[in-house]
Amino acid sequence: MSEGSLIEVEDLHVRFDLFEGLSHVLKGVGITIRNGERIGLVGESGCGKSLLARCILGLLEQRNVRIEGAIRYHGRDLFAMRGSEWRDLRGRRITMIFQDPTTALNPVFTIADQMVEVIQRGGNRKRKREEALDIAREALRRVFIDDPDRVLRSYPFQLSGGMAQRVIITMALANDPELVLADEPGTSLDVTVQEQTLRLMATLTQEAGAAVLLIAHNLGVVREFCERLYVMYGGTIVEEGSVEEIFNEPLHPYTQALFGAVPRLWGGDLPKAIEGMVPDYTQAPEGCRFHPRCPHAKPECKSAPPWVELGKGRGVRCVLFEDAARPVAHA
Amino acid sequence: MLRRYIIRRSVAALITLFGVSVLIFFLARVMPGDPAMIALGETATLEQVAAYRERLGLNEPVLVQYLVYIESVIHGDLGDSLYTRETVLDDLARTFPATLELILFSTVLMISIGIPLGVLAGRFRDGFIDNFTRVFSLIGVVTPSFVWALFLLLVFAFHLNVLPTMGRLSEGVEPPAFVTGLYLVDSIVAGDWATFRDASAHIVMPGTALAMASIGQTTRMTRANVGESFDKTYIEFARAYGFNEIRTAAVYALRPALIPVLTIMGLDIAIKFGSAFLVETVFSWPGMARYGVRVILFKDLNAIVGTVTIIGFFFIVINLIVDIVVSFIDPRIRLGAQTQ
Repeated sequence: MSEGSLIEVEDLHVRFDLFEGLSHVLKGVGITIRNGERIGLVGESGCGKSLLARCILGLLEQRNVRIEGAIRYHGRDLFAMRGSEWRDLRGRRITMIFQDPTTALNPVFTIADQMVEVIQRGGNRKRKREEALDIAREALRRVFIDDPDRVLRSYPFQLSGGMAQRVIITMALANDPELVLADEPGTSLDVTVQEQTLRLMATLTQEAGAAVLLIAHNLGVVREFCERLYVMYGGTIVEEGSVEEIFNEPLHPYTQALFGAVPRLWGGDLPKAIEGMVPDYTQAPEGCRFHPRCPHAKPECKSAPPWVELGKGRGVRCVLFEDAARPVAHA
Repeated sequence: MLRRYIIRRSVAALITLFGVSVLIFFLARVMPGDPAMIALGETATLEQVAAYRERLGLNEPVLVQYLVYIESVIHGDLGDSLYTRETVLDDLARTFPATLELILFSTVLMISIGIPLGVLAGRFRDGFIDNFTRVFSLIGVVTPSFVWALFLLLVFAFHLNVLPTMGRLSEGVEPPAFVTGLYLVDSIVAGDWATFRDASAHIVMPGTALAMASIGQTTRMTRANVGESFDKTYIEFARAYGFNEIRTAAVYALRPALIPVLTIMGLDIAIKFGSAFLVETVFSWPGMARYGVRVILFKDLNAIVGTVTIIGFFFIVINLIVDIVVSFIDPRIRLGAQTQ
């Protein structure tokens, strides 16, 4: 579709065949990531953000999963690709930073072993171990690890969380990827370390010119780091826009509620939690999945809400905006 | 570090071994039955039995008997066997390698079949391979080794008539020159392929019968632990970074999963001594397990103590090896010990 789009996800449906019934988790998700773009993906836990990232990497392999729709990488349908071709993208063109760096590393191998494994996948030919180790050392210095050899010799349990996160960032960027999927990076770390590593990730990805899909709970991080934003609820994208647009004027009632739930240091009221829970996907509500929790719910919400385009790269999925000319009703 | 660990463990092993021998020495003597009477048979007169008891020193207090025994052990003499009328040392030297060969052979089967099958089943959980493996390993675990022995005999000796039914070598085949006492190894060392083939043909059935339960057990343990490994983030990481699938399963998932598997395998190897008795009996394998049971029934005191001590020694060595291998595999054990 658009020029320079790296990943296009179109009308993606993911269903799981569970004992309790069919669980329809992702319901018509569509996002676009352009080259070098930094995109935020926000939403409550359990709304399908990580699942979307795993779909892009092709990591959903359970026998009980059904995937429909399309994911295109530079216009090529990933689902039509051979498994080996898709695997070739992983760790080279598309990489991922995991939530908890300490569990993402294998406990019984040294950092050197694990980094070499990743780095050897880069380049046009298989790199020798020594060569890969040199690259690893250099890359570790770039994340301000002064004694890379000590880190390389270590096992994961000998590293602090922040150190492990830097190792993961290094691995994610080692092969000059086009896209880094950052799934709540460092949420398990303490706040200051998380802040540091996020900044590190921001700088390094920017330097490398890699696109980033940042999945986050922390809206402050998203605001600082991202250019565009997708808000996700119940397995659908409910709002899209630039970071300023959405932060200045959140349209979807869910986005508003999400922003209202953020604690502030000064001014304003206490944060308000969103009533209710993320839906059980085996019995998800009909129509707009947010309507049972929505303060503006109307009878029409029981049928599928329309996607309302509100200009370039700005849109919302809500009946309130069907007549897009109408000014926004704030709660 | 590792050397100190091994030394420490070896000292502990020696103490354990000493304890085992003391225990079995006294236990053997409180077992009902008079060794002299059994040895001389039913036709012996009471006087003959009494004289024999005196000659064996069985009328001395047990503590004195023990000191006498220890003194001879220090001189490298484990006493004579009442059952074979040879020295216990000779008996053990003859029978132990036979059993050891059987156990090592079945251990090789256990590792080379059980672990790959377990990895496959753990990787493709609930798939065809997994279902097949589950049934196969369950049958392996629940079927006693002598049933396997009879089954194999029936199929391969009786119906197909392709494998020999008894002993370690065919009649007329000379054992290879003694190096390890294991015929398979010794015949390779001697470069004698005819003997190697003959010894292989003889060990296949008893070795397999002895291995089946432990193959099943190893498969199940490996499957469970590799399966668990596959739920871990580091496997998702490996896949997210496009690591080779086979390497991921066979190295990345297996290595952390191997630790509990190894521990169970160590126990399984030790259990084989018990099962070996039945297998050795079915296949007329001239091994120590069969010897051990016979001397117990014969109340052959010196032979009992000798046999049990050797088994205890073997058990301890196996466990020591397992612990060392585990400490190699798991850096948390190796390096955790170092920081103390």
